[in-house]
Amino acid sequence: MEITRRRLLVLLPGAAVAWKFVLAGTPEAAPNYKLTEHWWAMLIDIPKCIGCGSCVRACAEENDVPEGYFRTWIERYHVADWKIERPEVESPDGGKNGFPPHADDGGKNFFVPKLCNQCADSPCTQVCPVGATFITPDGVVLVDKSYCLGCRYCIQACPYGCRFLNPKTNTAEKCTLCYHRIIKGLTTACCEVCPTGARQLADLKNPKDPIHEFLRTHTVQVLKPHMATGAKVFYNGMDGSVR
Amino acid sequence: MLGIKEHCAILGADVTGRYGAGNANLFKDIEHLIRLVAVIAIALVAFVILRAAVVPHSFGQYGHYRGAAIGEIASRPVAFAGHDTCEACHTDVVDQKKLGKHVVIACEACHGALAKHVDDPGSVQPKKLDTAIVCARCHEANSAKPKNFPQVATADHSGGIACDTCHQPHRPKIETAKTETEGKK
Repeated sequence: MEITRRRLLVLLPGAAVAWKFVLAGTPEAAPNYKLTEHWWAMLIDIPKCIGCGSCVRACAEENDVPEGYFRTWIERYHVADWKIERPEVESPDGGKNGFPPHADDGGKNFFVPKLCNQCADSPCTQVCPVGATFITPDGVVLVDKSYCLGCRYCIQACPYGCRFLNPKTNTAEKCTLCYHRIIKGLTTACCEVCPTGARQLADLKNPKDPIHEFLRTHTVQVLKPHMATGAKVFYNGMDGSVR
Repeated sequence: MLGIKEHCAILGADVTGRYGAGNANLFKDIEHLIRLVAVIAIALVAFVILRAAVVPHSFGQYGHYRGAAIGEIASRPVAFAGHDTCEACHTDVVDQKKLGKHVVIACEACHGALAKHVDDPGSVQPKKLDTAIVCARCHEANSAKPKNFPQVATADHSGGIACDTCHQPHRPKIETAKTETEGKK
């Protein structure tokens, strides 16, 4: 083939892209795990949550979450009969030690577990100025500790308040969906210990995952859908008062 | 001000704007250009070398981030071994749990993170649980709990007595012949 000027112009960008992959070196640490074959999500069944705080304790232990900070937490909602827009929400110590006993105080009372929504179009990833936070090809939003500057843009950008600055490392931190566990075929620590099955890890790319049947047959919502974040934590039976 | 003819003379072109064959003036000041090109070339090489040194190799592998970070995050050791691992050895407890409602609860939900026990079952032993505390975490009455979930006001129900005085935690419904399991094989 004769290399004309036109052909060269076509070839050069292609070569540049190929060279980038050569520079990148070998990917994927776990050999049996294919990044492109998964798309992780979570299902939270609010009517099943008993507010025991097992998930919060397990998360802290599994991920060394500093005291007073939470990657997941539970909120107790109290909605008086006609005050759907003004729910009373409490989360003493993130619900880590459960909730103080409440007598039936009228209205509606329920627990809502919260965690990073692993957004497909996450605002936190978009605002990071250095590429320290990112969404993996299998749909988990992670933070690169060694690249994070600690500028806190992502903490402000998250509409769900799921991020914090680790006081020891001074880097942004959040739920990793127990990435170190799910690539080994385990479930997340919070899902593992949830006694009622209120939390379930789901793989949207796995056609055999029961999530598909569940999403078809239940009234499921995500938090703040108007933010168009592509949130992948699905809530079943969520009351309209939940923020 | 220079006229069109003077301009053309400087550029080495004829008056019609075409560059003539016999114009030796065209490359008269070529050294300036060579110096300029050399400076740009050196700057470019320096930039490429610096960039290669500063930007991590895996940056851009999957997107605008360091691809190697995925592996680093994934390499963290697990703390909770998972109930499948527990059940591989403690089959007697599995049989007990199957007879009661607690069959759906993972071992580490009550016993805590025990991956270290899996690695070294001899020297790392799980702590004995205080059932008065552990059971109450789930079963203490609260108006926000689902109505069909079994819950008691422990102060009235047992008055602080450990729950396993009457209930067998792996198979909590009280039966006439209480079956003991030590949780070990």
